Amino acid sequence: MRGNAEAHELIAPGSLAAVLDLIAAEPGVWTPIAGGTELMVAHAAGRLNSPKLVSLWGIPELRLVRAAEAEISLGAGTTFLDLRRSALIAKELPLLAKAASWIGSIANQSRATLGGNLVNGSPAADSSPALLAYDAEVEIISARASRRIPYSKFHIGYKSNALAADELLYAIHLPRRFAQHRHYLRKVGTRRAMAISKVALAATALVESGSLREVRLAAASLAAFPTRLYRVEDALSGRPIAKELIRAGRSAILAEALPIDDIRSTAEYRRRVAANLLEEFLLELLGNEERS
Amino acid sequence: MSARWPTIQLTVNGRPCSVEAPPMKRLLDVLREDLRLTGTKEGCGEGECGSCSVRMDGELVNSCLIPVLQAEGATIQTVEGLAPNLESGGALHPLQEAFLQCGGAQCGICTPGMLMAAAQLIENHPHPTMAEIREGLAGNLCRCTGFMRIFESVLAAATQASDRNLEQAPHAR
Repeated sequence: MRGNAEAHELIAPGSLAAVLDLIAAEPGVWTPIAGGTELMVAHAAGRLNSPKLVSLWGIPELRLVRAAEAEISLGAGTTFLDLRRSALIAKELPLLAKAASWIGSIANQSRATLGGNLVNGSPAADSSPALLAYDAEVEIISARASRRIPYSKFHIGYKSNALAADELLYAIHLPRRFAQHRHYLRKVGTRRAMAISKVALAATALVESGSLREVRLAAASLAAFPTRLYRVEDALSGRPIAKELIRAGRSAILAEALPIDDIRSTAEYRRRVAANLLEEFLLELLGNEERS
Repeated sequence: MSARWPTIQLTVNGRPCSVEAPPMKRLLDVLREDLRLTGTKEGCGEGECGSCSVRMDGELVNSCLIPVLQAEGATIQTVEGLAPNLESGGALHPLQEAFLQCGGAQCGICTPGMLMAAAQLIENHPHPTMAEIREGLAGNLCRCTGFMRIFESVLAAATQASDRNLEQAPHAR
């Protein structure tokens, strides 16, 4: 333990309105902390550069799973264990349920929040590819107003996002129109549990009359932040599901992916694995078509 | 000096406690230093190894990652709470007995965390499969046993408990 607890102030105003007023009064001064699975690690290592923190843990408005006719809304403070326990998510958003089961261990999942995963903004974030493949929107709130933006516009650079200094991530909204889609998600890491991904790929695809009517592909660790693979989508969408898709997809993903060498893997390995994951997804589609 | 810190109330192993501590002090350090409950160990200090696992409001958590202010009002169970009457001649928890019988503990540093993760697992899955045991303990690292004896211990405890009905055990939550 190299951090010094006495060097940090932490307060828990207890309500969302009180937190928003605080960060509106002193924008950029207070660092929000929810489950602490990221910031407390930095604290232990002596690299938490936040003298003042405000707790979001235990604020009920931030921790909920709610279904409306057209969308499922998840509070930013919903834990990954909450997501895993939701029958609604298991049924309608299986990729998100799967991603939640990959986050660290049970003891991490009981504390780590969906919003924290997104705001932390790791390029390897486990929940991001699934949310991008489901075309999620995020709702951002401040004492002034609230606004919604596509999740694909939330990350704007390495560990930087669209939040202003007085804003919090409030909720994640997922459209309920993926029931007919095919779903794919796979993470490649050093071991099955607790590992941070070297590469992850998520996909949703709507197949009609043997063609890819609609396809969304999203990846972790292929760029500075979790991102959709728009050029690969363009290369695939509208085309008949046939063996030729695999060659087109592989060449598109090798061109679009911009991974780096880091402590967890190499750029070259990530590119190859990403192409293999895409091929696996396309082979699944192909297999489904041949059976039907 | 201590008046500069807030007073935090929490219930630990069934006992109401009150500590004055910097709000960012880790729950782990409050347990070990302020409450002298040194059964909970520190391994990595970054949520990777599970040595500091305790149960908080019925969920498994890494106490090294919890600022004590976020434990205000919480109910905590540590390894000392698994066999609360041990010093007055009470029995070990069935999990502790099984770890002894099956060789589930060697150096002992990971053992309290393993026991807490196993207790959480058995509460959620009274008849766990080996896959569920592996997942439930995936966040707890052991450098001695090679894990198999730990998994066998948990399986044995769950089997024995179901044989004689875990609900009747005095320490079952």
